[in-house]
Amino acid sequence: MVNQILTIKNLTKIYGDNIIFQDIDLAVNEGDTIVIIGPSGTGKSTLLRCINLLTKPNGGQIWLDNEEITREDVNEDKVRQHIGMVFQNFLLFSHLTALDNVKLGLVKVKKMDKAAAELKAFQELERVGLSDRAHHFPGQLSGGQQQRVAIARALAMDPRIMLFDEPTSALDPELIGEVLEVMRNLSLAGMTMVVVTHEMGFAREVADRIVFMEKGSIVEQGSPDDLFNRPKFQRTREFLWKITELYGKKEQEK
Amino acid sequence: MDLSKFIQYIASGTSYTLGVTLIALPSGLILGLIFAIIYVYGGKIAARLMNIYSTIMRGIPPIVLLFILYFIMSGNINLSPFWAGSISLGIISSAYQMEIIRGAILSVSGGQMIAALAIGMSRMQAIRYIVLPQTLRLAIPPWSNEAAIVIKDSSLVYALGVPEILRRAQLISASTQQPFLAYTTAALIYFALVLMTNTLLGRLEKSLRIPANP
Amino acid sequence: MGEWLNLFTRYLNDFLIGAGVTLELTAIGLTMGFLLGLGLALSKVYGSKPLRWFATTYIEIFRGTPLLVQLFLIYYGLPSLGITLSQSLSAYLALGLNSAAYQAEYLRGAILSIGNPQMTAGRSIGLSRWQTIQHIILPQALRLAIPSWSNEPILLLKSTGVVFLIAVQDLMAKAKRAATTTYNPIGSYLAVAVVYLAMVFVLNALLKLLERKARIPGLEMTGGKGTY
Repeated sequence: MVNQILTIKNLTKIYGDNIIFQDIDLAVNEGDTIVIIGPSGTGKSTLLRCINLLTKPNGGQIWLDNEEITREDVNEDKVRQHIGMVFQNFLLFSHLTALDNVKLGLVKVKKMDKAAAELKAFQELERVGLSDRAHHFPGQLSGGQQQRVAIARALAMDPRIMLFDEPTSALDPELIGEVLEVMRNLSLAGMTMVVVTHEMGFAREVADRIVFMEKGSIVEQGSPDDLFNRPKFQRTREFLWKITELYGKKEQEK
Repeated sequence: MDLSKFIQYIASGTSYTLGVTLIALPSGLILGLIFAIIYVYGGKIAARLMNIYSTIMRGIPPIVLLFILYFIMSGNINLSPFWAGSISLGIISSAYQMEIIRGAILSVSGGQMIAALAIGMSRMQAIRYIVLPQTLRLAIPPWSNEAAIVIKDSSLVYALGVPEILRRAQLISASTQQPFLAYTTAALIYFALVLMTNTLLGRLEKSLRIPANP
Repeated sequence: MGEWLNLFTRYLNDFLIGAGVTLELTAIGLTMGFLLGLGLALSKVYGSKPLRWFATTYIEIFRGTPLLVQLFLIYYGLPSLGITLSQSLSAYLALGLNSAAYQAEYLRGAILSIGNPQMTAGRSIGLSRWQTIQHIILPQALRLAIPSWSNEPILLLKSTGVVFLIAVQDLMAKAKRAATTTYNPIGSYLAVAVVYLAMVFVLNALLKLLERKARIPGLEMTGGKGTY
């Protein structure tokens, strides 16, 4: 029996005269890794930000674990404790060490006891392979290391679902691998994840389902095998061809 | 004329000058901090009000504001010129400090607030634990400029009769007929105060610096 | 409120005369400060060691001491050295010397921002150092400095307020007279506060206009690290 952790129905977002996306339906089951792909500017990031209520949608509903989080009287802060988010620009707290970055949410939001929080924070840093950098400040870490700390920070809150907003787009090429590795392990361990990315190799290998978005709506979705080998729409085929040329070819050549 | 007694007399005004500064600067900081938070996070109407406050308080010469506030205060409460002057300078400084802190808050990247919200912090928590600590670090250089200004503006309470450095210099120059010496002494004392403050704050900034690779 | 308006209109003429003196003080102080400040800035950037030292010391002293003390030193102190200046002259001098120290820093920042690459370019076509400064660097630096320099006229206008303490008949002096005559100090000083605000408002608008007119597209303050 599989739980549906996240359900999105008829979600719409409009900025002024621009329709960012319209009538989006999406279902995410427990343990799924969903990868959203599509041309830049199709509202993929905005969609992610609506899921954890950083942005308010104009229409539609979102359920997290059968609780509607788009209702009027929802406690946004509480909801965000159960949704982890990793940003393109890492957004680590620049005035805190790696350990304190991970620890802060545990102490201030989950109200954990300091010693217990420190222990857990260390464990999460260990999980992403950075326990030896615990006392470094963000400015002393490479981009890849910073992003891994950001992942640890999000994981420490024991979220029901993890959202990744182009997590490797701001990284130098040689640093992308270490982050994707962490994400892959997370997926294999059973975390429910929604990832917006251009990394086609990752999508092919790790995703349970790939969602292709273009011009504000979902064109099609399916398993990596289905989408890459038997896409239903010409637009899907074209986009995948274009992007695989750039990103995925080296995966094929391995 | 005994030179050391001469200098001592003027220097004894330093306690008043420091007193005025140590009342005005912190009260300006507390008010400025509150106003800045309201300005940035309080919504459109609050921001408008703070903007008007800032424009008016920073558009009027400090000496005029000093007189206005002084007469208002001493008319209603029994305050000495020292206290009335100090509090007035604090109120005046709060407008400038508000702008400094506001500038610093705005340069702490908006992403920091977003990241804090994303782990479930409330806005208030985010401001308190993430934005403000970084703000206060960023604010130190312009703030030390303001500190120097308050030390110098403390000389304005001369006009209220407070026996601070300048007033003492004037009194002794009259009785000893040595005005050049008197005012030079006064200038040197102020200079020393400003220099010490800048050095101290420079050290503070250094000690709070967050390590980063170049 | 009506009573205050009464006071305001009754003394308006006086206040306007005082405001005129205030503006005059500002203009003269600003000009003096600019010329001297430019000299100090150039000394700090291009001058010999002793010249640089002098400029730095000057700036430190004038920025590290209150204007009021400088004013008293000039008006009350200099006579005992044989130099007696009138109230107005003392005020002009104090304001000018003081402003120069602050303007020097704005100008220096702008010159450094334009600095080395442009100097290299000028020398490479055969211009002398001074020629390059005059025809290449300064025209750009002065434009570049305008946004940050715009603070100075307004600060100067506000700081003229202290000269009434040596009996210069500026706006504050008129306020004091109104205060003592009407026994309404709060009303009088509020009235001139309004006049000062009006002057600052107009001055601000003029400066914004200047900024817009002087802007060259693409010319902006950089970190000031020329690499040539």
